[in-house]
Amino acid sequence: MNAPAAIRLENLSHSYGRRQALVDLSLSIRSGEIFSFLGPNGGGKTTLFRILSTLIPQQTGTAEILGLNLRSDTTKIRRRIGVVFQAPSLDRKLTVAENIQQQAALYGLFGAELRRRRDELLDQFALKDRARERVEKLSGGLRRRVELAKGMIHRPELLLLDEPSTGLDPGARADLWEYLERARQENGVTIVLTTHLLEEADKADRIAILNEGKLVALDTPDGLRSSVGGDMIVIESPAAEELAAGLRSRLSLAAQVVEGTVRLETPAGHQWIARIVEEFPGRVGAIRLGKPTLEDVFIARTGHRFWRERQEASRA
Amino acid sequence: MPEILMPPLAPQPLRASASLAWREIIRFLRQPNRIVGSIGTPVLFWLLFGTGLNNSFKLSAAGASGTSFLEYYFAGSLVLILLFTSIFTSISIIEDRREGFLQGVLVAPIPRWSIVLGKVWGGSCIALFQGLIFLLLALTLDIEWRPLALLQLVGLLVLTSLALTSLGFFFAWRTDSSQGFHAIMNLVLMPLWLLSGGFFPIPAGNAAAPWSDRLLHVAMRANPLTYAVAGARHLLEGPSPAAAAFTPGLATCWGVTLAFSVLAFAAAVWVSGQRTQGDLL
Repeated sequence: MNAPAAIRLENLSHSYGRRQALVDLSLSIRSGEIFSFLGPNGGGKTTLFRILSTLIPQQTGTAEILGLNLRSDTTKIRRRIGVVFQAPSLDRKLTVAENIQQQAALYGLFGAELRRRRDELLDQFALKDRARERVEKLSGGLRRRVELAKGMIHRPELLLLDEPSTGLDPGARADLWEYLERARQENGVTIVLTTHLLEEADKADRIAILNEGKLVALDTPDGLRSSVGGDMIVIESPAAEELAAGLRSRLSLAAQVVEGTVRLETPAGHQWIARIVEEFPGRVGAIRLGKPTLEDVFIARTGHRFWRERQEASRA
Repeated sequence: MPEILMPPLAPQPLRASASLAWREIIRFLRQPNRIVGSIGTPVLFWLLFGTGLNNSFKLSAAGASGTSFLEYYFAGSLVLILLFTSIFTSISIIEDRREGFLQGVLVAPIPRWSIVLGKVWGGSCIALFQGLIFLLLALTLDIEWRPLALLQLVGLLVLTSLALTSLGFFFAWRTDSSQGFHAIMNLVLMPLWLLSGGFFPIPAGNAAAPWSDRLLHVAMRANPLTYAVAGARHLLEGPSPAAAAFTPGLATCWGVTLAFSVLAFAAAVWVSGQRTQGDLL
């Protein structure tokens, strides 16, 4: 089956006044994929999510969702995608079942077919015994599940989730992923999510890293990690700049200072540890060796840490 | 996997509206303080003002015709109930936005008018329900009940509720806090009611009258709600008290109220197509 890409973006840009939230974004997401947009807060994920979910109009560039033009076929797209927002979108005064019915009505689903699908979803998300409970009485994890069930009642081909594990404890988070996996396997849904959690992005088939509105990397998690190189050595030092300069000149290692710590990537890192400590007495406070993480990928591509405190708190 | 290949569902805007309206009603019934507040306030107003102001009212020309203020004020209270309820349901659109429910509706494949209709429809049902409960109080008044007039009265109340909920929606859509909405309410909605002839009769507007009366006269005649109150009074009491210097005919009342509701609904639909900052909460 030669299905069109679930999402295809070409030179997508978006700005709020003079602030550019997305810059020339081009990528393609395959049908049936679990795809995650990873980036720090303010990186442009939420703007992208709002555009893809048709909440705000697209400005420049081309965007196709399920082969349809985002600008002109908005209603057709809305019929075929499911959207799970970061902020809860449930009516807390309604019961679980009523919330799902309400959603179904918006998509033109009524009667016996509605009841059949509703019960199926309640079953799938283990919500059956909660169906008659008001949402305000449920825990955060359960509410998230109801959100998911709600977003899937009209059998979307593409499910968009904005920061789906916000406010979930680790157990609920693991559950969520199990449900997402199952949705993909049983219903063939393409799943696209945004996240600022590195370990969450890791569970996707492919990751796009967004920073300051730009796409800085796009690959499978392993692909991204191996792009960084062999091993990572991270050194905490009272004189980071001096140490980095020394590592470069005396040992020919490509050391960098990123926000106060010295970082370098090299094959066979373990062989270097002792040498570095001996070569620079008193300069090494702590030294750590590890395989590259997604954070290392992020640093390699952007030159700063993932969790850097952003000076401008200018999120629209 | 064959179910995926089924054609996507066809949205049904009217049934979607009905479902949104149903939600309004359920929410209303699950918040008892709203029921108490919106029925209690006008009843309280009616009893306190009605008995308290009865004596001063008797001295005026309107009182001379033998109408008690309690009776005069009844039609105004009826409209006040509709106003209160429409305000409460309109505020709920602000809550819907803040609580996130609205965002799910905004990305659903239904036109904006269908969202507005759902909200207005639900609000009007609630308003009408309360209006009818209040109407039961009219049994205590010295009124000759005419079934046909009563039926017409219900019709008029339906139109008035539609107009007021639409108007509330129009103001609430762009407001992102209930405080902001209260400011609008005090500035727009309360004067609308106070100047509707529900609280005091329309003063004379001829050259002999003091300028303040003339101003009031013009403002009250320009107020669309005046015609809803006058119409209700027509249908409750028959010919209106002699006191009012201006009494619109029943046909005019119908015409203006109908036009009011159509225009207010159109305005609400128009405003719902406008993006607000609040969409991005």
